[in-house]
This record gives sequence, C-alpha cells and structure tokens, in this order.
Amino acid sequence: MKTICFYFQVHQPFRLKRYRFFDIGADHYYYDDFSNEDIIHGIAHRTYFPANNLLLELIKEYNGKFKVAFSLSGIVLEQMEIYVPEVIDQFKELSKTGCVEFLAETYNHSLASLTDPEEFKRQVKAHSDKIELLFGQKPKVFRNTELIYSDDIALQVADMGFKAMLTEGAKHVLGWKSPNYLYSAASVPQLKLLSRNRKFSDDIAFRFSNYDWSEYPLVADKLVNWIAATPESEQLVNIFMNYDVLGSLQASETGIFEFFKAIPRFALGKGITFSTPAEVVHRMKSMGELIVPYPCSWAGEEKDISPWMGNVLQKEAVDKLYGIAEKVHLVTDRRILQDWNCLQASDHFNYMSTKLFPGPSVYSPYENAYDAFNNYMNVLSDFIDRVHGQFPEGVENEELNALLTTILNQEEEIKRLEKKLKETRKTRQSK
Amino acid sequence: MKALMFGWEFPPHILGGLGTASYGLTKGMALQPDMEITFVMPKPWGDEDQSFLRLIGACNTPVVWKEADWEYVRERVGKYMDPQLYFDLRNHIYADFSYFPVNELGCIGFSGRYPDNLLEEINNYSIMAGVIARTVACDVIHSHDWLTYPAGIHTKTVTGKPLVVHVHATDFDRSRGKVNPTVYRIEKDGMDHADHIITVSNLTRNTVIEKYHQDPRKVTTVHNAVEPICPEIATIPSKKGTKDKVITFLGRITMQKGPEYFVEAAAKVLKKTDNVRFVMAGNGDMMNQMIRLAAQRGISDRFHFTGFMKGTQVYEVLKSSDVYVMPSVSEPFGISPLEAMQCGVPTIISKQSGCAEILEKAIKTDYWDIEAMADAMYSIITYPAMAEYLQVEGKDEVDRITWEKAGWKVRSIYDQVLSNYGR
Repeated sequence: MKTICFYFQVHQPFRLKRYRFFDIGADHYYYDDFSNEDIIHGIAHRTYFPANNLLLELIKEYNGKFKVAFSLSGIVLEQMEIYVPEVIDQFKELSKTGCVEFLAETYNHSLASLTDPEEFKRQVKAHSDKIELLFGQKPKVFRNTELIYSDDIALQVADMGFKAMLTEGAKHVLGWKSPNYLYSAASVPQLKLLSRNRKFSDDIAFRFSNYDWSEYPLVADKLVNWIAATPESEQLVNIFMNYDVLGSLQASETGIFEFFKAIPRFALGKGITFSTPAEVVHRMKSMGELIVPYPCSWAGEEKDISPWMGNVLQKEAVDKLYGIAEKVHLVTDRRILQDWNCLQASDHFNYMSTKLFPGPSVYSPYENAYDAFNNYMNVLSDFIDRVHGQFPEGVENEELNALLTTILNQEEEIKRLEKKLKETRKTRQSK
Repeated sequence: MKALMFGWEFPPHILGGLGTASYGLTKGMALQPDMEITFVMPKPWGDEDQSFLRLIGACNTPVVWKEADWEYVRERVGKYMDPQLYFDLRNHIYADFSYFPVNELGCIGFSGRYPDNLLEEINNYSIMAGVIARTVACDVIHSHDWLTYPAGIHTKTVTGKPLVVHVHATDFDRSRGKVNPTVYRIEKDGMDHADHIITVSNLTRNTVIEKYHQDPRKVTTVHNAVEPICPEIATIPSKKGTKDKVITFLGRITMQKGPEYFVEAAAKVLKKTDNVRFVMAGNGDMMNQMIRLAAQRGISDRFHFTGFMKGTQVYEVLKSSDVYVMPSVSEPFGISPLEAMQCGVPTIISKQSGCAEILEKAIKTDYWDIEAMADAMYSIITYPAMAEYLQVEGKDEVDRITWEKAGWKVRSIYDQVLSNYGR
C-alpha cells in the first residue's frame, strides 16, 4: 500500500533595514518593520489563511485520513505572534486534529549545522521547546534548514535523540536509487532518512502553472495516476515543498487550492494513503544506507550549499558571524540574543548569492549581492561591537567564563557565608 | 579682457573634479576687475551661480532658425539666460542644420553627462560653438578638457582669436596607459591647434610634452586650488557613531584611483590593530571587485562601502574621518585631498598625484607601496602628535592655496599669448 508524505516549510526572515556605515555605533535597531509586516500580512492572506483552512477542511472531510507535516521556524513564529497571531491559532487547531505533525528544525532557520555544533544544538532545543509550548507536540523528526544534510550533521541530529531526518533526493546522493523508500544514515544507521521525491515535488512547486511544460495542466488525478504507476515495491512518496507554493508561488488563480483539494479523493480512491514522517519511520524499514560526505540541500540545480556559502562574500559573512558565537554564548542581554537569532537566518546569506549574476535571488530585497553584503556587514559590525561592549576588553573567553560563573554564583556564595557567620556567632554567644 | 570658455561641467550638478575646477578657476579670475567670462556648457540646470560670469547652455543655443516670440522664448530659456541672447544667437546661424533633430527653438539636445554617444555629443557641441563664436565677442578662447577642444578649434577658426586649452586630465591618466586612439586624436588635435596649453600639474605637463609631443615653451602649469570652505559646510557635525578611528578613501572606485592599494594597506593595518575602520566612499566600475577583495582578505567587518556620495554628504564623510587617503595611480591634480585638509583631516596622497607637487603637510607615498601606506595610516591613528601636526599644519597650508592666485597665473598667460599673437 503506497503512502504520500506531505511536508511544508514555513519560514520568513526578519529583513534588515538599510543600515549605513554612519549608523554603526549610533543605531542598534536593524529591522525593516514596514516590509516585514507588509510581507507577512501579504503571505498570510495569500497562503497561510486559505491553505490552513483548506487543510482543516480536508482533514475533517476524510476523517483523519489526510495528513501533513510542517516545519515552522522560530523566527516566523515570532513574526506571526507580532503581526498575524490568528495564523498561530489555525496551526494550533490543525495540531489538535492529530493529523498534523510539526517537525524540529533550527530556531533561526540558520546554517549552524555547518558551522557551529554547540549553537546548532542550542537552536534545535529552543525550537523544539517553542513548538511544544505552542502546539503541545514534542517533535520527533528533524528537518534541517533548506534540507541541508550530510553524514556529519546526521551524527549531531541522532545525538539529539531524533529518530529520522528529511533529506533531498539529490541525484548525486541517490544515484540509481529511488527516493521512494526509507533509507538510513551511513554514519548512524539508526537515524532514518526520508528523501524528497524531486520530480513530483517540483511538478507541483515549480511547473504547476507553466504553460510550456508538456504535462500542463497538472490535475489531481494525473498526479495520483503517476504515483500509482510507480513500481509496486516503492511504497513511499515524499512530497516536500515550501508552504508558499499554495497561493503565493502558485497564485490561487492557477487553481492550486482546488488541485490540493482533489488529491485526497483520487488518492484514497486508488488505495493510496497519507502519512506523517513519524508514522513512516514507525511503520517502514530502511532499505539501505545513504553516504553523504559533502553537505547537500534542496536548492537549485546543484542541490548543494552554494546558494548560502558559495562565494567569498558569503563565506566571509558566515565566518565573521560565527566567529563571535563563543562570546555571544556568554551574553545574557536579551536584545543581543534576539539580534543574534535574527542575523543567523540563512536568507541573509542567500541574498549575497551571485549564482544568478547579475540579478539577485527572487526573494532578495536588495538590488544585488554586493548591496546585500554591504548592508549585512554594517549591521554585523555594529552587532559585534555591542557583543564586545558587554565585556571588559582583553579578557580571554575562558577566563571570562570563569569570572561570569563567579558573578552568577555570588548570591549563593554570600548566602552560604552569611549562614556560616550566623552559626559562628551563635556558637560564640552560647559560649 | 573678454574670455570665452568652453566647459563640460559646472556646479552644483557635477560628475567629477572638472566641474569643481571650472567653477573655482572662473570665480578666482572674476576677481580681476576687467575680466568678463562667458562660460559655455552643454546643459545648465538653472541653479548655477551666475553672479560672476555669464553661462550659455549649448542646449539653448539655436542652430536652426525657428519662429518664436519673446514671451515663448522667455518662458523656455529665461531660467538659464537672457532671452535677448537667444535672438542674438539665432541671428548668427551659419549653415543649414535642419536635418538635425532639434527642438521647437531649433536647439540640439545635450545630456551634459558622459553618455555612450559621447563623441556625437562632442561633435554637436562643436557645431553649436560656431553660432556662439559669431555672436559673442571675445579676446581669448579657453577650452576645458578634450571634450571641448573641437569647439575651441572651431571658434578659433571662426574668430581668429587665440586658443588656450586647459588640460585637466589626459587619457593616459584615465586608462593607465591603454589609450583610446579616438580620444587621443581629439586631445592631440586640440593641443596642436592651441596657442598655449595650461596643465594642472607638472606631472600632466610632462605627459603633454612627452606623449603628445608638444613644445615645452607652449606648456605652462597652473596648479589647481580649492574654494574656501563655506560656513554651512564648516559647521557640519561629525556623524561618526563608533569610537574607532576612521580611514577614508573618497572618489570614483576606478583603476585610475588605485582602490586596490587602499584595501591591501587596510588589511595590513588591521593585522596590527583593531580599533580602526575603513570607509570606501563613492562608486565606480571596480566597486564590486573591491567588495570581493575586502571579503577575501577577511576584513569586511571593518571595511565599509557607502556608495555614491553627493553634495554635503562628501563633507559628512570627511568630517567623520581621522585619515584621508588618495592612492591614485595617476592623478593629474586631485582636489579632494585639499578639501580633506580644509576639514582638518590628516591626509595621505600618492606621489603620482599632481597635488603632491604643491602640498608639503601631507604624507606622500608611492601608490604601489602598500607597506609605506599602511605604515603612514598606522602612525596617524596611533600617535596623536603626528595626527595633530598634520591636522593643524595641513589646514594652514591649504588655506593659503587660493583660486585667485591661480586666476592671475592664467591671466598672465592670456596677456603673453595676446602680445605674441599674430606676430
């Protein structure tokens, strides 16, 4: 019996405002509130509200037989809390149906898995806590930022206690293998891997409204027939995409909502079920191990990490950002920690990509990669100064840590000593 | 003395140093009691200061006769010039240019910038100059830079008056030696027809003599100067937010200005100290390359790009700076270090800059010597005595360099040319 595993990524970064050199040291607010609010409102009305309603409807209509999975980054949740809290209520309602699984990821949609294991761990924990707080589910399956995956990351993820992880069914990883099976990580075989079915996912995400595509128009029964026609032994079809596909990347006029509405009817009619990643992992057995020594992702043609860490600009920005990580971990100032979260979003690095030279990425608020880099580096310079400003100059991190521990413990220490003093006084008086 | 000048830029709408120099020089010369200057430029904006000279816009000079009444003309060109001048000019149209695309007043359009069809614009400028030559009386013709040489030559043939060409830059400076033959031809032609050549530095004078094969007796250097700083600018406060020292490069980011040496020197300084930031203000065809270079050197958190700066923004940057650096590979003169020194900013210039010939209270290094440049930067930001000396003495020195003096030198050249002319 075949099963379809739908997964949607929900993420929006906090976009930075135009931050000039002269603002360094003078202005510590980095965000473009107007455009952040504008964008999240737009996307909520085009995608989140109608799509959530549709999913709720489908789950009710098919009595729990239709299932999906989401990953919501911590910073998109924060933006929803500020600008469109109704969306969070909808997700809570979805969670209550029991047919929706929320996956773990990094809180900031960051690249920490590639650069800083400690930070990575911290963010995943922060994210899981937030999901549990909001939706009452403890995430069991992990999905990394932009489906970035490698053997090394698998080790870290398994170490955090996750049972499975989502990956891209990239050609250079799978080779002749089909993505329609459950695999496991070569470095930690107990960690299961769900590979994204590139063909079906992209048919919907990118080709759905493309008139030039020979299969246009894509309708629900056509897709379901394709899935049904896959070899008998291939039991799992992973369709992973950005949630923005519904209503934003594919506008509602293209019929994307009606398309999704019709999928369960045709699929269930053909005996194809729907599952969440956790159910898949629970029910299926791994068909083999995947060896991925170099990180891969779900982006672009190359399916590697070059959209975020491809050119010298991006490498420099990432290096400088994570170069300060150790010091940030000693900081307790909440505003600094908040900025630290927002600055790590992978989107900022994607804006610096020169892969589509000379134009920027379609999501970029900047004119070009260099502009994005300059603005980000100005903000980062100010941030680094603020972090350094928290501590006296010329103190090594280790020494600082020791000093901080002393300061944090001083209250207890004082209490302990006071107690001791009282006791001594008592004993002296009694003498 | 009536001088007819052909220029390309005039403040406040300027694209480079040529406009600043044209303004300063004419203003300095206007202090001579008997000097009357008519300055022709491609496209006036209407907000130019005309208190000390008369401006004529090439785009307001008719080359084709069109019927127009006084009111209409006043409405169209009144902002730029006396309407009567339009009718005077119209009476001196000398040939049939009706095949040209002209407007309702019979004038050819000019961009006044450096467009892709620059050569066509230069040619049109020269055609238009024929009308002005027949209308405006003059004793001497003065052409600023190669763009206006053809117009100067044309005017000389029409009026028979002597031609002085003013070399603000040559193509050897702009191209680091890879000279555009068309530009070279126009430059050489202008110099050959000139009765005297004024260069902005001895550096340029040598280029003119060696590369353009001019008779040294015909070439004189008149160094540029700088306008005294006006009170509005003097009171612009520093916008510096950081406590770090700021070292600034300000200018077009192009090959001629040697931006890569600045980046390399910055990387060296940052190895020694970290209480300093570098600013590259301006834009240009090498900007993206420089952003990459800074990233490659791993100094992007302390190396900042501001993009193009205009008007008072330039002074905001200068006032926020602790050191100003101009590492030009070949700079005919370079007014901007003088402006920096006026603001009391210690200045480092390359020995290959024309202004190095007249500045003593600035640090001079070879443009390629990034060690020396880094050393100088480090000294200024580290040793307060050094910075203070350059600040005070530099300002004092530059305050004594005035356009009035430069104006008198030009005047003596006029006098000499006129006394020898026709003999």
